[in-house]
Amino acid sequence: MTGIRRYPDEPTGGFATPPGFFSDAAGRDIKIGVYDTQSPRDGELEALVRMYTSFDPADRAQGIPPRTESAIRDWLDQILAAGSVHLIAWHEDRIVGHAALVSECGDEYELAIFVHQDYQQARIGSRLLDHLLGEAADRGIERVWLTVERWNEVAIRLYRKMGFETVGAESFELEMGIRLLADPG
Amino acid sequence: MRVLLGIGGGADGFRALASITERAAAGQFDLTVAIIDSPETDIELSTLEEEVRDRLADAGIEPDVRRLAGDPGGQLVTLADTEGFDAIAIGGGEYSPLGKVTLGPVAEFVVLNATVTVMLVR
Repeated sequence: MTGIRRYPDEPTGGFATPPGFFSDAAGRDIKIGVYDTQSPRDGELEALVRMYTSFDPADRAQGIPPRTESAIRDWLDQILAAGSVHLIAWHEDRIVGHAALVSECGDEYELAIFVHQDYQQARIGSRLLDHLLGEAADRGIERVWLTVERWNEVAIRLYRKMGFETVGAESFELEMGIRLLADPG
Repeated sequence: MRVLLGIGGGADGFRALASITERAAAGQFDLTVAIIDSPETDIELSTLEEEVRDRLADAGIEPDVRRLAGDPGGQLVTLADTEGFDAIAIGGGEYSPLGKVTLGPVAEFVVLNATVTVMLVR
């Protein structure tokens, strides 16, 4: 990714911080927690791999998540790097959602959220987003960006509601960014 | 099949060059390479051309190499049309920190404006 993104001047704050517990729109008990990339809990990585191996290929965006298990493992190995931020949504012993912030270099973080098809349209994505931005602010992260397909109006509306603004629109995807009221400590 | 490969100095362009030269060396394509002035890299065109010629020599092929001045997407599309190429090949995009594929402006212009087949090489 090249080019300079122009982030909103005004920072946004007041996000939830993990862990989070709630009932989703279908009445299922969902727990949101941090995935510790340096020492994940037993079985956590395998549960994440399982979410992605059963992920509907039609819901992929710009090539992710990859399709085969080996490509999924390689991809997770890359993005679960030190310094990245990951939240997991659990239903019982199953991972049903994953939100990530990954930085290439410097202090800009790319955001992506995946919710398994069996759990979509249950407001898990918006809860994940809220908690991820809260966790990011706690870690001192100020600038977050993402790309979203132009036709994905539901997602775009959610991002706008959270404080994202369009920061780039020259390519196929819409690029949006948010400036966080960082509160480390 | 006459293929016009556009390369502008980005990592995806070099990946495309490696893949396409291999297939050209195997006799699948009649290759022409166009050195383009990509807005996304700062590399000198002469340096880029030298690097490309080295890699072609390593692959054991000697295709026509041309330098295109001006708008890279427009020049590629025009050259392909006027000289009857069967396809334009270009790098299939860079990867974001999260692994998303992103097409640059040249690839996007070529995809939308070419009248010949476009190969996005990954």
